[in-house]
Amino acid sequence: MAKVTKSGSDDHVVKTGIVATLRRQAEQSLAFASLIAIIIFFTIAGTGFMSWDNIDGILLSTAVTGMLAIGTTFVIITGGIDLSIGTGMSLAAVLTAESLTRLHMPLVVGLIVGVASGAVIGAINGIMITMLKLPPFIATLAMMLAAKGLALVLSGVAPVYLDTVKGWGSIATGMWIPNFPNAVLILFVFAVIASIILNRTIVGRYTFAIGSNEEATKLSGVSVTKWLIIIYTIGGAFTGIAGILLTSRLSSAQPALGQGYELEAIAAVIIGGTSLLGGKGSILGTMIGALIMATLVNGLRIMEIHQEWQSVVVGAVIVVAVYADTLRRRRSGV
Amino acid sequence: MASEQLLVVEGVSKGFPGVQALENVHIDLRAGEVHALVGENGAGKSTLMKILSGIYTKDSGTITYKGKPVDVSGPLEAQQLGISIIHQEMNLMPDLTVAENIFIGREPKHLANIFLDKNALVTQTQKLLDDLNLPLDPKEKVGNLTVAKQQMVEIAKAISYNGSVIIMDEPTSSLTPTETAALFKIIEDLKKAGKGVIYISHRLEELNEISDRITVFRDGQFVDTVTTADTTIAKIIAMMIGRDVKQDLRPEVDSSKSDIVLKVEGLSTRKLLKDVSFDLKRGEILGFAGLMGAGRTEVALALIGKDPITAGSITISGKDVKIHSPADAVRNGIGYLSEDRKRFGLLLIQDVNFNIALPSLKKLFTNGFGFIKTSLTRSTSEDSVQQLSIRTPSVKQTTKNLSGGNQQKVVIAKWLTRECDILIFDEPTRGIDVGAKDEVYKLLHALAAQGKSIIMISSELPEVLRLSNRIVVMCEGRVTGIVKNSDADQNVLMQYATKHRN
Repeated sequence: MAKVTKSGSDDHVVKTGIVATLRRQAEQSLAFASLIAIIIFFTIAGTGFMSWDNIDGILLSTAVTGMLAIGTTFVIITGGIDLSIGTGMSLAAVLTAESLTRLHMPLVVGLIVGVASGAVIGAINGIMITMLKLPPFIATLAMMLAAKGLALVLSGVAPVYLDTVKGWGSIATGMWIPNFPNAVLILFVFAVIASIILNRTIVGRYTFAIGSNEEATKLSGVSVTKWLIIIYTIGGAFTGIAGILLTSRLSSAQPALGQGYELEAIAAVIIGGTSLLGGKGSILGTMIGALIMATLVNGLRIMEIHQEWQSVVVGAVIVVAVYADTLRRRRSGV
Repeated sequence: MASEQLLVVEGVSKGFPGVQALENVHIDLRAGEVHALVGENGAGKSTLMKILSGIYTKDSGTITYKGKPVDVSGPLEAQQLGISIIHQEMNLMPDLTVAENIFIGREPKHLANIFLDKNALVTQTQKLLDDLNLPLDPKEKVGNLTVAKQQMVEIAKAISYNGSVIIMDEPTSSLTPTETAALFKIIEDLKKAGKGVIYISHRLEELNEISDRITVFRDGQFVDTVTTADTTIAKIIAMMIGRDVKQDLRPEVDSSKSDIVLKVEGLSTRKLLKDVSFDLKRGEILGFAGLMGAGRTEVALALIGKDPITAGSITISGKDVKIHSPADAVRNGIGYLSEDRKRFGLLLIQDVNFNIALPSLKKLFTNGFGFIKTSLTRSTSEDSVQQLSIRTPSVKQTTKNLSGGNQQKVVIAKWLTRECDILIFDEPTRGIDVGAKDEVYKLLHALAAQGKSIIMISSELPEVLRLSNRIVVMCEGRVTGIVKNSDADQNVLMQYATKHRN
């Protein structure tokens, strides 16, 4: 065998813990370094960037997209894609709102309906992909369109108002921790939960396995069909939660407002370093990706750059992020 | 024979992060010569070939082509210089035809070079194939060809560049003896035309016939260049691995007990298998011999639920079992080590630990709530690495970076961890060099001695004879013979393998 040169003795001891994880992310992840760079840039170039108010605003605007992105990180790591998370979120939102208003269900039931409907949408996607053998792009594209239509039908093509539902609005906008919007707290908590699921549980391990080599995973005795359905269902559940957050912020379910969120969520995942090819990725990366996008948009607004240009900048960032990651990978021989 | 020095490689080194693949190696190639390059996997042969064909760049050293120093900066430059390579892993496009594959990038065009001249493409290809005596149809889609025919397309393509140097990396690995003879004739013609061939092969018996000189690499370093006529296979092997290895052996100990662990009766599948019956005893190594396409891998695929069974039964330890999926097979204790271990046996981008633990996660490494016991997983993997002598810096090493032999051991480790008692090895030493092969053989013996029952599918008759207690021979989807090792030799096996014709 060719000689293996020895590098540092604790090279292969993988340190765990938050500080080490963050440091590893910084070394490995251009995204994290970029986020820091962007923050520094806008702090200097813009005025009022670094105020609590502004930071709150950034975090709040990340909440919904971030929640969607967390869920879809699982799907993308398996090598799949879910285009239905935007309109699926609207559908889940409409169902939640209808259950609270028309059916007069208590708050808790509304929450359950939200998560469950998202999960069911995810499960259907999973079934189409595994049992009907539809490519994920096609299956979820179809679902995206169907969900969009259903959301409009079930809501009577009109927003469903939730201001009469006591306590609903404060789910997202309330502040259990002073000066810290709930939506952000909820996002953080679920990000941690998702990270634990991804990195420490069997479903997370199978997610990476399927994305690395689906066939070899199947031959290793893993029931790939069953687990893919579970994984898409998990993604769907996060879609439902995102819907809850959105309806809480807007105090209404807006059936026409979903499409477009899926691409932002996917962009966040990609910028954060998860590969579309599958097999590698992290929740932390996704969070950084979401923050980068939100920070950019916010910073540009503070510098009074026109809104139209914000999309252009985000597009450019995606190109730079993915290209830089490709270079890094090639250099380290992965 | 006065011959020009086509290629001189002097003092070339190449390193990758963590691995020095080549250190100061030399080789030279004369016109009209076949120069064999041998060495274990990881010796650096492929790396040097990739440097010569422009896929990698060397870190240091000189390459002189036809007297002039060159820097092969990319595959196109290599092509222009006249160096072409037939890869071991085929670089063909299955959806394109033979003609399209051969002339990719240099298709004949007309009308100001905008439109493809399809007729010229086919005619030129046909002429090339006729000159080389290759029975291929230029208009056939490459994806529809057998592996052997695909290899012929690669050969035709490399030769069509009309280069002076042709590198062949394991060209006969998928060819029958007849096809190999045809290839050797082509090589003879190339020699007469003054071309030079660098021939890489693990089949040392072939070298006597085809090569003029042999260069040996070991661990990325140059060992020696010898004239073929002046050396023996044993000496070559000794140079390759630095120690002696015996050839031509038979199993020393028959560790098979009499209880039958697996009984297959009347097994048929839709595509190929017809009425296959055999049994496997505990502690036995049951060899499966036959020509390519005889149905041996199909038997394995049926046993692991990848190919639906249309008739017949499978009994494990006396119990009738239904295997509809690989998950069922694993649950019944059957582990399959596929022929293409990189594609079907391993998750290359994940580390050794991940791969070894995967089939056992649910059974051994998860607590009640679905959480993975990471330290237990890791220590189990480390034990496996120790027990099987897997050469890796740690269990956190990405499996992609391991050599073929060690990758194979990782696959073995994963089934042992899962406590599979029936192991199906499909071409266990494919792509593995002599030294590591020996280790795999010892391992198979040890596993059988421990009570594992092994089905070993192999196309190398010496290997089958060396390891198997009994041998099942197949031909065209049927079992044509089951012989005891003591009653078998290569001739007998070949006879059974070519019996039949329905």
